[in-house]
Amino acid sequence: MLILDRLSKTYADGTRALDGIALSVEKSEIVALIGGSGCGKTTLLRLVAGLDRASEGAISLDGETIAGPHPGVGLVFQEPRLLPWLTASENVGFGLADLPKAERRERVAHALDRVGLAEHAGRWPRDLSGGQQQRVAIARAFVANPRVLLLDEPFSALDAFTRKDLHGHLLALWEEVRPTVLIVTHDVSEAVALADRAVVMRPKPGRLDDTIPLPLPRPRNPTSTRSETATRQILTALDRSLKPRRARDDTPGEAALWW
Amino acid sequence: MAETATPVANGTAASARRAEWGGAGRLALGLVLPLAVALGWEIAVRNGLAQGRLLPPPSRIAATLYGLAVSGDLWLHVQATLTRVALGFVFGSVTGIAAGALTGTMPFARHLLDPTLQALRAVPSLAWVPLFILWLGILETPKVALIAVGVFFPVYIGVAGAIASVDRKLVEVGRIFRLSKTALARRILLPAVLPATLVALRTGLGLGFLFVVAAELMGASEGLGYLLVDGQQFSRADQILAAIIAFAVLGKLADAVLVALTRPLTRWQDTARETL
Repeated sequence: MLILDRLSKTYADGTRALDGIALSVEKSEIVALIGGSGCGKTTLLRLVAGLDRASEGAISLDGETIAGPHPGVGLVFQEPRLLPWLTASENVGFGLADLPKAERRERVAHALDRVGLAEHAGRWPRDLSGGQQQRVAIARAFVANPRVLLLDEPFSALDAFTRKDLHGHLLALWEEVRPTVLIVTHDVSEAVALADRAVVMRPKPGRLDDTIPLPLPRPRNPTSTRSETATRQILTALDRSLKPRRARDDTPGEAALWW
Repeated sequence: MAETATPVANGTAASARRAEWGGAGRLALGLVLPLAVALGWEIAVRNGLAQGRLLPPPSRIAATLYGLAVSGDLWLHVQATLTRVALGFVFGSVTGIAAGALTGTMPFARHLLDPTLQALRAVPSLAWVPLFILWLGILETPKVALIAVGVFFPVYIGVAGAIASVDRKLVEVGRIFRLSKTALARRILLPAVLPATLVALRTGLGLGFLFVVAAELMGASEGLGYLLVDGQQFSRADQILAAIIAFAVLGKLADAVLVALTRPLTRWQDTARETL
């Protein structure tokens, strides 16, 4: 279980990027963090990944505090970030340097197979399309068998068809070891397609605003009524999150003061 | 059907032609200009349109080169020059890479060393010659030292700059996989700075040839630079030109060897080299 306990992040220039983020994610749960740009989604993931330190609060994974990059936590960046001097299979095996060669080769081949790139194993990143590169990046994160997988808008640069295809690959990999997944996205349909729960964030400073459970059976059909209802729910919540808080729940108090 | 087939067929034919044109054609194209100039000059001198005393025709330069080669003098001089360049290049590039790596990776070393090195870089390398001769005598040591100094600075600047511009995003990949400092240096920094380092080494090698001439002009009893001075003293333009041609060939060959040796290391690069 991944627990974020009142996380806050203030940058050196005084910008308050995150304020009091409290969230607990069950084992094997897929949670989508959704919100407009600049509401601290990426900052939050970087804290969980251990790339940055929180100003206040703590993160714990199965009772263990996370204060730096942790073997149980994997991250897929917004860009593929493949090492251009390694082939696709070497990139996938990048985090497995400590394993015996045979085991490493087997796990890499399996992961590449799961993302449908078995025949591209020996290629350099420059010879792969954007979608293929991102698949390699996902395989690289999965192959290390993380307990928590963080994805930072991994499909945002891809076209709708590729994205849908990658959702399938991602869920197929997830089914194998069922890690906890925290995926940042600004795409509502992506959240509905993947997540068990959508958490809407609100900007300035970044806070959690609303949670929408998505108890839809898998595989999901984006055009089903339930998916569409969920999409509408999230859109409404998102819309609300971008308006100043006062205009919403404090209206009576505000009005009273005004008079 | 026919409409779609034709452009495809044309396309393959065109690319096949282009591939054919590729190697040999490019080489021939590169030779057109120098050969035309040489031929023109030869004809002009033979027909009495120009006199070949100060600028001898290609046939005489070739004869001089041939004579030097047959007598074994050419190899003696080439060997002397190449030995100096090689020694200077090795010392200069090894120290340059070491200093660049040190200042590039350790802020303390950078703040300590870089200002001094930059100040020394501002000194024209030839200005060291009198000191080197005073300190090191007039034999091989000052020559190698001068070449090493000339090679050191471009390599140092190139390596330090390459390390400074390594993509933070790739370093973060290393951090996510919890690489140790040495593993990070070996698996991410080293390959990332390799292309820029090789460019710096090529620049350094070019400067090595520049400084070997300077060193040999100032006093040597063998070497291609000695051939230059000797030719000047005896008004033998053909010998000077023969030495210059030998320099051109050697420099180009040394560069080609360096590129050929290092090409496998940078095959992964996604550059415009092939398309421009």
